[in-house]
Amino acid sequence: MSRSILRTIAVPLVAVVLGLLIGAVLILSQNASPSTAYTALVVGGLGDADAVLRTLQKATPLIFGGLAVAFAFKAGMFNIGGQGQLLIGAVFAAGVGFGIDGLPMVVHLPLALLAGAIAGAIWGGLAGTLKATTGAHEVIVTIMLNFVAGNLTDWLSANPWKDNSGNNIVARTPLVEDSATIPTLGAVPVGFLLAVAAAATCWMVLERTTYGFEVRSVGHNRNAAQYSGIKVGWIMSSTMAVAGMLAALGGAVESLGVDGRFEAGVNVGLGFEGITIALLARANPLGVIPAALLVGLMEAGASRMQFKAGVAPELIDVIQALILFFVAAPIIIKWLLRMRHDTSEQLQLGAGWGKS
Amino acid sequence: MSEILLAAQNVTKKFPGVLANDDVSIRLRPGRILALLGENGAGKSTLVNVLFGMYRPDSGQVVIKDETVDLHGPDDAISRGIGMVHQHFQLVPPMRVVENIVLGDEPTKRGLVDLDEARNRVVELSERYGLEIDPDALVEDLPVGMQQRVEILKALYRNADVLIMDEPTGVLTPQEADHLLGVLRELTETGLGIVFITHKLREVLAIADDIVVLRNGQVVGETTPSQTSEGGLAEMMVGRSVVLQVEKSAADPGDVVLKVSELEVNDDRGQVALDGLNFEVRAGEILGVAGVEGNGQRELVEAITGLRHPAFGVMEIDGEELTSSSPRQITKKGVAHIPEDREKHGVVAVYSVAENSILNRYHRKPFSIRGILRRHVIRGHAQDVVDEFDVRTPNVLVPASSLSGGNKQKLIVGREFSDEIKLLIAAQPTRGIDIGAIEFIHRRILEQRDKGTAVLLVSAELDEILGLSDRIAVLYDGKIMDVIDAHDADREKIGLLMAGITD
Repeated sequence: MSRSILRTIAVPLVAVVLGLLIGAVLILSQNASPSTAYTALVVGGLGDADAVLRTLQKATPLIFGGLAVAFAFKAGMFNIGGQGQLLIGAVFAAGVGFGIDGLPMVVHLPLALLAGAIAGAIWGGLAGTLKATTGAHEVIVTIMLNFVAGNLTDWLSANPWKDNSGNNIVARTPLVEDSATIPTLGAVPVGFLLAVAAAATCWMVLERTTYGFEVRSVGHNRNAAQYSGIKVGWIMSSTMAVAGMLAALGGAVESLGVDGRFEAGVNVGLGFEGITIALLARANPLGVIPAALLVGLMEAGASRMQFKAGVAPELIDVIQALILFFVAAPIIIKWLLRMRHDTSEQLQLGAGWGKS
Repeated sequence: MSEILLAAQNVTKKFPGVLANDDVSIRLRPGRILALLGENGAGKSTLVNVLFGMYRPDSGQVVIKDETVDLHGPDDAISRGIGMVHQHFQLVPPMRVVENIVLGDEPTKRGLVDLDEARNRVVELSERYGLEIDPDALVEDLPVGMQQRVEILKALYRNADVLIMDEPTGVLTPQEADHLLGVLRELTETGLGIVFITHKLREVLAIADDIVVLRNGQVVGETTPSQTSEGGLAEMMVGRSVVLQVEKSAADPGDVVLKVSELEVNDDRGQVALDGLNFEVRAGEILGVAGVEGNGQRELVEAITGLRHPAFGVMEIDGEELTSSSPRQITKKGVAHIPEDREKHGVVAVYSVAENSILNRYHRKPFSIRGILRRHVIRGHAQDVVDEFDVRTPNVLVPASSLSGGNKQKLIVGREFSDEIKLLIAAQPTRGIDIGAIEFIHRRILEQRDKGTAVLLVSAELDEILGLSDRIAVLYDGKIMDVIDAHDADREKIGLLMAGITD
């Protein structure tokens, strides 16, 4: 058992080590000290309560985004729409967060989260339904919906939902009510706990329910799924809706727990990081948590690394890219580890292309 | 002339975890036909791939025309006069015959392809060997037997002295197969040698000069047709005595279970695949559907099991119309389906044996309750299927991909038979599996019949149809040519119907 777990995590683990090693060479090439830089990175991400809070806050939307990609992937679909789904979730959660007042927190906060989740489910479900009914490829549709979502949320925050307080000229909504703000327990933001619960729920649903069995059957062998009586089209629509909901929750938590409002341009690119996380986690919902924590830590510690070691924070992006490269090309690592070609579940990113 | 045309000498080839060829030696002399016999996974393909330069042996040599050679690839083998006719033809359908024949070795004149000279050579070759063909016909317009002829000409065009034929009769009617054997015999008269790979024992006895039997990567027997029989060959292949023909009692047909009227079904390209089919299957009888593959069998099975919607017509099970119902609605009526392509429809390769054992039953009690899978119940059920259907697996948690074809098929049969069923749709139920498993599955299908299940058996193996069926329907070009009682059926009669000939 432990051996099989070891085999599963070997590739991402070695990928991280290789990424950090090559990062160290790059740091050396800038005449800085890798040990100082990496120490600063870790201290910046874990050194004190504030650092831990920062790491957990950074990791939260990454967990949701990673789940959004991983869940769709289980049904054999590649969800590139995390960015758009996140924005939709962020703006609608903020809308309910500032637009209604006088509700107690136990009602208002769940309501705001729910608004974001439902909007995201519709946004994601749209791509799944188009694929199921017309064969439109989800990769193309979700990419395009990202642009639509970007413009729609820009418009909402610049026009009907604009913050008109003072002489604000920025495209942003008003601050959400206190009753819709996600609290923090010590150094742990409640949004992070929600994300962990979401990951556990995804795992349970996929592994222990008949719905999860249907999703995985469609992902592994669409013909056999059809043979066994599964409604393949419904699974495509519904998994994309779930994926959209997950990404949107990430956006909702940003609005309600970190930024306190929706502001155009603030979350740019955040939704795409879910792809990195899902790859690093090899599409395992539970693996998404450590993968997001690792990347969250690097992002939280980057500025301290720059300050202490004089290394440009962009190095973090380079290291992330390197890790992603090694995860996506597991052959290199398997060769390094002299691992036999295993027949276990393979993560193939090409899935879906060309065989709609 | 060479003493030995083609030989493998002590060839050993390992793959991770498998010794595919273990010290294998064969030799082919000019003018002779060497039959290579063995079950799936016995090492035939590996050996042939070594001889054709696709694999390099770990040890041992390949000899071509008395000379030890080191092949670097198929091109190398072809240039030394080895020709291969694959089971699945390697032709470009929209191109003409002559273009297909020269493909990869095009004659040129001033940098342009010169087909005139090629055409002359093709005509000359086809006349010399009695392989008449129109060099300007499009390959896609040719029947399968003719396409095979193009493949043979392709090898002869490249001056092959040796032809390797991989399961060449699988796609032919019995008459076409007989004709092919005649052509091959004629070819050997010019000194050509042929390696003939097959699993049809009758053909081996009919055509071979020498027979080599492989099992588990080793040569387990060398013989000639005069020294052996079908039973003897089967025993050599399997390593124990086997029953080639399962005994069966007379059928006791009951009420009509499946009734198909005026059924019209289109194929994937929207062309008519089934053109007004009418037939019935009664409880306690096996209706065999014979025919060369691609005459509508797949569409028939898919239409009955709900995987494909008919364009017209009615399908009734137990008097209830179920035309265009979903697979789940049909399964619910007590219909079991052994699909023709087990990898595509029958199993999910990465799923465990346990998960596969409930593939189309996961949503029912006791396997799940209110949407939650009950893993202990599922494992217990899988263990029962494994025990009762003799599925060889270390446990029920290994992925189905680790099972051999025969064991996967037994798992599917076990799954489908684990409920009370009224109607069994069995499509190619023993394709590509070992003789022991074939015998086992045949027995189980007969058992179902004797319990009163109506069975529709679709198979490209005429022996299987003849051995199991009570009545035989012959499908040709989407139509049923005739339905004959099994007592009145013989290979000759059915073969003619398979070719669309009625008298």
